[in-house]
Amino acid sequence: MAYVQAQIPSSKHAGNGVPGKTADGIDLLINGEHYLHTGDPQMPLLWYLRDILRLTGTKYGGEHGENGADLVLIDGKAASAINQAVSALAGKPVITVEGLAANDGTLHPLQQAFIDEDAIGCGYCTPGWLIAGVDLLRRKPRPDDDDIDQLPNLCRCGCQTRVRRAIKRAAAGKAGQP
Amino acid sequence: MSGRQPNDSIRLSRRRFLQVLATTGGALMVGIRMAEATDAPLPPALLGDTFYDLGAYVRIDVDGNVLIGARDPDTGTGVATALPRIIADELDADWNRVSVLPLGLGVSDNNGQPQWTYGHQVGGTGSSIPAAWRDLRQVGAVARWLLLQAAARRLGVPANRLRCESGTVITPDGRRVTYGSLATDASQIALPGSLPALKNPASYQLIGQPCGDVDAHDIVTGLARYAIDQHDGDALVAVLVHCPWPDGNLVRVDTTDALAIKGVIKVVQLKPEPGQPWGSTVIAPAVAVLAENTWAALRGRAALKLEWKPGASGNQSSNELEQQALAVLGGQAEPTRRVRDDGNFDAAGKKAARRLGATYIQPWQAHVTAEPMNCLVRLDKDRASLVVPTQAPQKAWAVVQRLTGLAPAQIDIRVPRVGGGYGRRLDHDFVAEAVMLSMAVNKPVQLLWTREQEFTHDYYRPGCVHQLTAIIDRKRQLTGWNQRMVSASALAMRGVADDRLWTSELQAEQLPAGLIPNYRSDWYAQATAMPRGPHRGMPHVTNAFAVESFIDEVAHLMREDPLKTRLRVLGKPRQLPLGDHRMLDIGRLRNVLQLVADRIEWKNWLRTVNGLGIACWHVDGAYVAHAIEAAMQGEKLIIQRVVCAVDVGRVINPLGLEGQVAGATLDALSTALNPAITFRNGQVQQHSYKDYPLASMAQLPNDVEVITVPGERTPSGASFLAMPTAAPALANAVFRASAVRVRRLPLMKELLRLL
Repeated sequence: MAYVQAQIPSSKHAGNGVPGKTADGIDLLINGEHYLHTGDPQMPLLWYLRDILRLTGTKYGGEHGENGADLVLIDGKAASAINQAVSALAGKPVITVEGLAANDGTLHPLQQAFIDEDAIGCGYCTPGWLIAGVDLLRRKPRPDDDDIDQLPNLCRCGCQTRVRRAIKRAAAGKAGQP
Repeated sequence: MSGRQPNDSIRLSRRRFLQVLATTGGALMVGIRMAEATDAPLPPALLGDTFYDLGAYVRIDVDGNVLIGARDPDTGTGVATALPRIIADELDADWNRVSVLPLGLGVSDNNGQPQWTYGHQVGGTGSSIPAAWRDLRQVGAVARWLLLQAAARRLGVPANRLRCESGTVITPDGRRVTYGSLATDASQIALPGSLPALKNPASYQLIGQPCGDVDAHDIVTGLARYAIDQHDGDALVAVLVHCPWPDGNLVRVDTTDALAIKGVIKVVQLKPEPGQPWGSTVIAPAVAVLAENTWAALRGRAALKLEWKPGASGNQSSNELEQQALAVLGGQAEPTRRVRDDGNFDAAGKKAARRLGATYIQPWQAHVTAEPMNCLVRLDKDRASLVVPTQAPQKAWAVVQRLTGLAPAQIDIRVPRVGGGYGRRLDHDFVAEAVMLSMAVNKPVQLLWTREQEFTHDYYRPGCVHQLTAIIDRKRQLTGWNQRMVSASALAMRGVADDRLWTSELQAEQLPAGLIPNYRSDWYAQATAMPRGPHRGMPHVTNAFAVESFIDEVAHLMREDPLKTRLRVLGKPRQLPLGDHRMLDIGRLRNVLQLVADRIEWKNWLRTVNGLGIACWHVDGAYVAHAIEAAMQGEKLIIQRVVCAVDVGRVINPLGLEGQVAGATLDALSTALNPAITFRNGQVQQHSYKDYPLASMAQLPNDVEVITVPGERTPSGASFLAMPTAAPALANAVFRASAVRVRRLPLMKELLRLL
């Protein structure tokens, strides 16, 4: 798909730094980088991330994002990427799983806690769990079991008990510790 | 390729050889090759110099980095971690210097027939670890032996006085040489005539020690590339609509609106190939939209105007099948198969002091893998390159070969980490679809199923009905047991002989066979066009639910502690022949049962306000038991505590095993609690997670306490070991907590109906 290569380099850093819809397309702010989307404004964010930017950490879970595999942070809040048309995202910062770690590669405490607890089944839905968990920790830095119970994600591998441990570990500031 | 002597392979078995090679970069490589019994092993000069083509499992680079190939697809079972660790331990490698590479399909051309470089490659069926234990340890041992010989020559110390530790050879006086510096020399040393000795288990450094998933960092950073995440230049994205009836037909199609959408390139019709077994051709007639990107393809799909008509299956329903099954069990018809008939059940019945009967009904189930069906395929004149999320790359190969007619080695199948299998990916209908579409548009194709199709078009686990009868004599002994089961075989329409169709539905040696003098097991076949196929933990899951629920009912009838009833039926610790030279170790089975009982404080069984339930089972030489504590809060079921004990023999990776056991437990509970596939007028009625609700975080227990029995026996697989006993232990706990005996799944619906 030749247009992909053509689009990304020219569209990064959209110019005037003013977010929003420009004459040329939609200015998207994803993991701290500006991208100018010139295609169909109704394209859901999920397919923009996966097909155009090749940021494939955000997974396809279902037509309506029912299993949480496609969660991203929009304005810091967890939201299903398949339910968001890019046209509605101009100027709203989007963080995907690829953007959770610091620029120097230091993992987000919850990412580290997932590794510590080996909270991974097949791993396909793990990015969605991470986004939901980061969102929860933002709202409630010391979540209890009832809070964790509210996570919307589904997982057939049965990694839920380890995810619970990982969230508690991260909340307790013990990520990366033995 | 450097010039090695011809004697650089050792026979592992009649057809398998260990082989050593040097790369142009000076690295040492050790692998396994298949060969005909009469063949001399292929001289290395005829082999390519790439990791993939060699059948190599381990490469030690001159800088000391070690690359280990993972043979079997990892669908979340942890084999990409466990298998390389088996090699690494025998090698005495430094695990921190090891990288793991998924090997993909290994195939070469043996006069037009495929020759499998790595032997059998399959994931998620519980066979990976036992197979690796048989052959992969040798790979590490040979590499280690060569490095020791190289070190002996360099240091002037006999090899038997050297020892290896964490990627280093050490002399008695403390001198150290790294593997990396020995790799090139080692690759020039001829192999011994026989296999070098394997390590004494007492000196294992990695086997038995916990290790996190090798892909964990890539997964949590979103960098792990599943098949669905791979791209190939100009590949078109294909999405499709399947006919609601597997045997239906397309009546009318209007593609005008679809083709008008920007980015949509073509609309293509697909049909199942007549005579091809389920799982190797298109699952149902379909119309595919091919487009430049997924969004355009999905819009095109939505704009299709299609009219389908049903085939012969258009009037069938799951409800009718169930009624039919109950009618069969209500009559005296001869079974399709008498699976086992020990003693004389009828005669035992005549001497019965008490007789108990119960019928258990279990629904159809879908697989619902996290990663939907997808496949990336590029076809060239003399080459097919595919990325396939499969559990069985050799079966995928067969589909590609049949459709393309290419020679064996012209088909390249890569298998990255797979987003869940559960048996769905032992079938390759989606590979057939992708190849057919690529041929139709003469371009690479990336096929993607939508979530809805995962519900409406699957090779389902068939529903089943069990009728169980127990005979108890005057001495309170269980003297007779009759199991009659009705189901539509998951092996039908797959080229399996009629007299083997029962084998996917039940086992001749399942509990309590062999423990009750008069034991009879009958199977009755049902016919339906609804596709069926392998499903995680079958046939253990459905049978354990019926059997382990019923034994509780027997205990209740006898007013006995159900743990005691089980122990009484099992009898003294002993080896019970299972047939095929296999043994059921009653001591190990009793042990797991006792372990969960002790942990959950079973002695409070009668007194506790909450309900306690227990169940045990055996799967291919491994043993499992669950004990569950449950409570009812009004109409809400709270699973308070779950304990699971497993005995798999030697444990390769305790952290991985704990994850598999906890995971399978939650999967089994989730499957038992709510979801069911039903069909009416030949159409599946579930279209989304809303209709087929997997358990949410809140519905599942907060923890699963896993007890692992330490052992030194040859390790068994564990990917589904903890599936069978979770649901019956829960149903038994629910009975204690609510006095309601659930004999029909899904559990919650039935429980609320009966409460």
